[in-house]
Amino acid sequence: MKQLMSAKGIFAISVVLLCALVPLISAALDNTYWPGVFMRAMIWAIAAISLNLILGYGGMVSFGHALFLGVGGYAVGILAYYEIDSGWIHLFAVLGSCAIIGLIVGAVSLRTRGVYFIMITMALSQMMYYLIISIDEYGSDDGLVIYNRSDFGLSFFSLDNPNTLYYTIFFCMLGALWLCARIVGSRFGNVIRGAASNETRMQAMGFPTYRYRLTCFVISGLICGLAGMLSANVESFISPDALHWTKSGELIFMVVLGGMATLFGPVAGALVFWLLSEFLPQLPEINGFRLGEHWHLIFGPFLLLVIIFFRRGIASLFEREGARP
Amino acid sequence: MSTVMLEVKELRKSFGGVKATDGVSLEVIEGEVHAIIGPNGAGKTTLISQLSGLQRSDGGSTVFAGRDITRLSAPARSRLGLARTFQITSVFHDFTALQNVALAIQAHSGHSFRFLKDASSDQVLTEPARRRLADVGLGERADIPAGDLAHGEQRQLEIAMALATDPKMLLLDEPMAGMGPADSADMTSYLKSIKGQVTMLLVEHDMQAVFQLADRISVLVYGRIIATGDPQSIRSNKEVREAYLGED
Repeated sequence: MKQLMSAKGIFAISVVLLCALVPLISAALDNTYWPGVFMRAMIWAIAAISLNLILGYGGMVSFGHALFLGVGGYAVGILAYYEIDSGWIHLFAVLGSCAIIGLIVGAVSLRTRGVYFIMITMALSQMMYYLIISIDEYGSDDGLVIYNRSDFGLSFFSLDNPNTLYYTIFFCMLGALWLCARIVGSRFGNVIRGAASNETRMQAMGFPTYRYRLTCFVISGLICGLAGMLSANVESFISPDALHWTKSGELIFMVVLGGMATLFGPVAGALVFWLLSEFLPQLPEINGFRLGEHWHLIFGPFLLLVIIFFRRGIASLFEREGARP
Repeated sequence: MSTVMLEVKELRKSFGGVKATDGVSLEVIEGEVHAIIGPNGAGKTTLISQLSGLQRSDGGSTVFAGRDITRLSAPARSRLGLARTFQITSVFHDFTALQNVALAIQAHSGHSFRFLKDASSDQVLTEPARRRLADVGLGERADIPAGDLAHGEQRQLEIAMALATDPKMLLLDEPMAGMGPADSADMTSYLKSIKGQVTMLLVEHDMQAVFQLADRISVLVYGRIIATGDPQSIRSNKEVREAYLGED
């Protein structure tokens, strides 16, 4: 409880409340624009939470995490293409494919360190990107339109209802936060955090670190795959762009922007990142210079400044004076 | 008859053309403090790393507590009761002193595939950890992040972590490294107090400490052991004086 009353806790609660209230507020204002923006932002938040688990806490800088966004999305897209609309089958396929791919990618990449790990995760995700592009049956680089959303066969729960879809994403985000918090504080989390700071020492103490890091990598992939599944349902569309390496880069940016190895950082990072990339393009023309069109000129320096002045990202704004870095 | 705790035969390790460990054979008797001394670059840390399993050996065999551990990984050796400390302090800076020791205890209490239960309030880990910290004199400092501890305290913490799981044998890689004379004397007397309870292989540059603690000393020069014996005979060994002690 004490933790929730800190500046950080109050900030986190207000952000969550804001997310919870967006559909109500926009319904009152007769606006259909904002729920869509927040849904996408929350999906990115889930993906960023999953990346933070391995990158922030586990020290595994994966530059290919969008791979799981794409795999999750295509698991839904391909099943829907064959007119299999059962949400349960979708969910099973998403988790199954992400687990297998996570195991393979993790097993290979976790044998390397540092820059090599970054390059291998990126290379493997790019391999999947080109593999998907090469399959004409599933739309190649045009992507796949998903005509029917995941149908869980429940009368009171249909993702075709915008509010149901919105709150499904909202509760998935809360679930991901809860799971991440529990994992980080558990024995398993101890091993992951310890291995991030000194793996040799962990092994000398008796931890076979590889299997724990691999498990963590797979868990992270599963959560991210779920984000991909949600995204496919929101967009009713999936394309290879979802797993392009630039998307992995954006995910890293969200985590760093929000604050690595902080629980709520990825959510803050994803929301700020997403809201700015919605807002800035709408900036007006000044003296004939179309600011909105060149919004990256503002976006880039902003991200740079945050990272220079707040090493631990947005989360550090809310840390108490004198708190350890 | 005294039993042999660690038996090393013809251990080898080369880095490129450099023979860091060149056929080292060594016996450590149960309960003794066996010191390894030698000039810089003699291969002492490499030897410790090979024994702890962190460096793969090119050849030779290692038997620990009657079991051939030549092919065992570092975690497996640790769980058999062969613990080590590091020359460069490698405690976990973001963890509190207590969490550091609790982590060491966790390593030896079953698998760690426990995802949801909070570990920091797990008394199975924290209670013994608290006792261990008190043993090395860090009881008051339990909740301080290890990174904020003084250097000497970090060295103590390092020992507490190695001892946390009641190892059969301790590989100590320069426990007094970087310590002032006072801290060094404290560490020596602490190690003296646990002498006999745990077998120790001690690599140390501080000769005063070595001669106070060691039952036997082996002298390592260029990856080879040139002499083994009790402190008195090592002190008077001509070859050793020439190779090493003579420098002082």
